[in-house]
Amino acid sequence: MFTETPIDRRKRLTENVMRIFLLIITSIMIIPLLLIIGYLLYKALPVLSFEFLFSNPRDNMRAGGIWAPFLGTIYLVVVSLLVSAPIGVFAAVYLNEYARENWFTRITNLAVVNLAGVPSIVHALFGVGAFVLFAGLGESILAASLTLAIMTLPVIIASTTEALKAVPMSFREACWNLGATRWQTIRRIVIPNSISGILTGVILQVSRAAGETAPIMFTGAVFYKAIAEGNLFAYNITEQCMALSLHLFTISTQVPDVTEGTPHGTAVVLVGSVLLVNAAAIILRVYLRTRKKW
Amino acid sequence: MKNKIEISGLEVHYEGKPALNRVSFDVHENEILGIIGPAQSGKTTLLKVINRTLEFVPEASMEGTVKLDGVDISTIGDVYGLRRRIGMVLPLPVGLPLSIYDNVAFAPRAAGLRAKSQLDELVERCLQQAALWDEVKDRLNTLGTKLSGGQQQRLTIARALSHAPEVLCLDEFSIAIDPVTTMRIEEVLKTLKKEMTILLVTNLVQQAKRLADRTAFFLNGDLVEIDTTDVIFSDTPTQQATYDYVNGTFG
Repeated sequence: MFTETPIDRRKRLTENVMRIFLLIITSIMIIPLLLIIGYLLYKALPVLSFEFLFSNPRDNMRAGGIWAPFLGTIYLVVVSLLVSAPIGVFAAVYLNEYARENWFTRITNLAVVNLAGVPSIVHALFGVGAFVLFAGLGESILAASLTLAIMTLPVIIASTTEALKAVPMSFREACWNLGATRWQTIRRIVIPNSISGILTGVILQVSRAAGETAPIMFTGAVFYKAIAEGNLFAYNITEQCMALSLHLFTISTQVPDVTEGTPHGTAVVLVGSVLLVNAAAIILRVYLRTRKKW
Repeated sequence: MKNKIEISGLEVHYEGKPALNRVSFDVHENEILGIIGPAQSGKTTLLKVINRTLEFVPEASMEGTVKLDGVDISTIGDVYGLRRRIGMVLPLPVGLPLSIYDNVAFAPRAAGLRAKSQLDELVERCLQQAALWDEVKDRLNTLGTKLSGGQQQRLTIARALSHAPEVLCLDEFSIAIDPVTTMRIEEVLKTLKKEMTILLVTNLVQQAKRLADRTAFFLNGDLVEIDTTDVIFSDTPTQQATYDYVNGTFG
């Protein structure tokens, strides 16, 4: 018959202690997040409305909605990803599938890793020099988006490389033995089996691009600009725009007597949009994973 | 007897470590050449040289010449065409993450074949030759990766046959297949050698004895002996090492 020895007893106790300890640590991480979102929602509730989202700020930004900064952020994120996603993915495909180990690939990989760690304010200064002044784009949505693209590019290259590396080498070898070119192998086997990872990596950069203030405040974002309400094409990409992150900073610190709840509402929209996009990424990932073929 | 492949002075190093040492021999057209030898003797490297997939191994360097039908393969511009002239079956079965049908149709499609009727016919013929057709004919659209190990191995054989190779290289093809199916495939190989030249790398010396017209014995990157299978498996091959290996005294 089984009887518990002192060693068994100690193992069981240790097991329980560790389980509870890890649960507490995890909770410490999650609780602040829930508190922040809960607090924001509570404070924002009086102002949150359809009208808040679709009307411009009024009375020197003391009241009104967030249409102009909201649309501006969408423009910045979309344009920057239109630039950085294709370049990043193609560069990663080249580095991982074609390039041999030599000084060029080593330097490129080194640059990718280091660029990913550069503070965003440095990217901002680069953007001012390269896009606003040198390329003559002026302070515009285009210049700001390109700056954001430069910032997100290394991370997209890194995440795409990871996704490509996850496809077993033996699949490639089997294709090569069948006389397939590298591109045929990539198109038929490698990309279809890494697309979920690639897309997830790209979409996660939406939150970074949407949340950053430094790279855009010198390159294309303005404190105030009124645009046609409810018109999705109200901005011209050669002109400046408002942005949620900068708007939040402005109304929280620079503008006196802002209507109670407006900053919280702005934060809720910013965080909510990012969470929405991330949720879409998760759903897409789950969907593509069920189609995964090995 | 026409030579299909002529190998002379073949030397392969992996980062300076020798894998094949000045190997020279010919492969006759329409023969089954058994290649036997213990692990690390250079058998798989030899196959990679022949279809030029050694080029994908960055640390490998190679000297010597390999001629296919009298043409030095290193001078062949269309390396993809060359690889399609050589069917390759690797020891670990790799079903591509595609349907069974697409697995077999992969190489013909890569070569540019599009006509559905021709593809259908080809897929059926190859799967039958690989003794897999009866088991999968009702589910050609299921994933190749969902098949059992032995079925995947036969799928790779069907795939290797799909581009109508002139030379078929089999590297331990029966490692994951049951004996009955192995026998069925061996029968197919005997028929296939009328159409193609077969290189059979095998750890089962009895398999070489059953199938091969001639057998080559490799040891530590050296070609110890190549002769008709009867001689290699007789009591009096030229080299003592051959006798010892074939009779299981070592290795």
